[in-house]
Amino acid sequence: MSTTKLPGWRELPEGAVVRDAGNTETIDVSGWRVFKPVIIDEKCTRCRLCWIYCPDGAILEIIDEKAKMGKRYEVDYMHCKGCGICWRECPVNAIEWVPEER
Amino acid sequence: MPRLALTTNYAVAHAAKDSDVDVVAAYPITPSTPAAEKLAEFVANGEMDAEYIHVESEHSAASALVGASAVGARAFTVTASQGLIYMSEVLYIASGLRLPIVLGVASRALSAPLSIWGDMHDIAPLRDAGLIIYFVSSAQEAYDTVIQAFKVAEDPRVHLPAIVDYDGFVLSHVTEPVETIEKEEVLKYIPKNITWNTLNPKKPISMGTVGDPDWYYEFKYQQQVAMENALQVAVEADEEFGKMFGRKYGIVEPYCMEDADIAMIAYGAHAGTARVAVDKAREKGIKVGLIRLKLWRPFPSEQLKKLLEGVSVVGVLDRAMALGGPLQGPVALDVGTLIATKVPGVKLVSFTIGIGQRDVRVDDLVKAAEMLDEVAKGKEPPEKTVPIGLRE
Repeated sequence: MSTTKLPGWRELPEGAVVRDAGNTETIDVSGWRVFKPVIIDEKCTRCRLCWIYCPDGAILEIIDEKAKMGKRYEVDYMHCKGCGICWRECPVNAIEWVPEER
Repeated sequence: MPRLALTTNYAVAHAAKDSDVDVVAAYPITPSTPAAEKLAEFVANGEMDAEYIHVESEHSAASALVGASAVGARAFTVTASQGLIYMSEVLYIASGLRLPIVLGVASRALSAPLSIWGDMHDIAPLRDAGLIIYFVSSAQEAYDTVIQAFKVAEDPRVHLPAIVDYDGFVLSHVTEPVETIEKEEVLKYIPKNITWNTLNPKKPISMGTVGDPDWYYEFKYQQQVAMENALQVAVEADEEFGKMFGRKYGIVEPYCMEDADIAMIAYGAHAGTARVAVDKAREKGIKVGLIRLKLWRPFPSEQLKKLLEGVSVVGVLDRAMALGGPLQGPVALDVGTLIATKVPGVKLVSFTIGIGQRDVRVDDLVKAAEMLDEVAKGKEPPEKTVPIGLRE
């Protein structure tokens, strides 16, 4: 149980709805991970498969004129839950699967 | 107010039509099928401006109605027996999401052995699902109660799904005269005000969220509070219905209870049989009265308490068996709790009747009254549920 003061039953919205839709963006889920994906930019062919497959939109496509083909990919570690799909799908092994150390 | 000859199945379909239901999703199952067919006919004929969703199962029917109600539609279905049990997973969800869906249930036995005949084994386990449950005793009452059920379910103090339960065959297939009400009049009683949380792209919300141990308990408690509120709302809905349309029922209906020393509690169609039995037992000098339970959930504890305070023994006539319980009758179990907590000293006898549509005869219920009379005069009440009409 959390030690912070949470709202009582009278204060909560009916039916457990979330009124501020999209608020999961504010929630840090990095603690879910046991392993984390690490993108090796030199190996990346910009095929975009990691970006497509990521179920949480945690692969970011960064437009960067200096980068190869004008863009590069980064992991949004606040929203990556460590599911490993990007690592599994990358056809050129440009994603490493690194144990989390805390 | 057109007066029509309707079975209870048809009366329930008419009530949905006259309540201007927006979405029906139904899967046919005996003995509720004629109601589903009638609704399909109304929509096909253009008599009812509703979307009729043809689904592949009762589970899907309930799921489709959750979706419909979640966008603010007035949603309705009919089912029975295995169909209700198959729906039940989704009905718990509808209640937790606080969606005011209304269901007509033509109560029927559960397999095995396979029985298409009537009893209350299907509705009994829905007791704890967070749905308002009405029992009705006539086609007219079924018609009126479907309309009242929308009133209660959609009330901002409640926001819970509701079931109008009517005995399979004994009510569902019996034709009676029914006073129907014009849609315009019904809509004055239940105007379409969407007060529950709905999905709307202009004002997005998330539904069906996770409730981890920090959150789940509070939402379940909200449902309990909504159930408690539903009791008073149901009383008010019935009063207002009476004022507008001239018919009201009460959530418990006493008969000959003023001077009764013995009470029988019955629900559904067989409350009518019990009423005749009370008259006959009275002729034999037994001071027995009848309480017809119209609303099972929420349980009308205070109303029953008042009626039971003057009696020495109460017999509950149940049409289902809660197998392995301290007593078999599901309502008897509730009445036992009520006695223990609110009216100590009253003796309780549990009876089962009409299981798998075994005939319920007036004389059987007169014998039950005689047994209760012996208990009232000092005999120890039977420890176990008394099975009426069972072959030894």
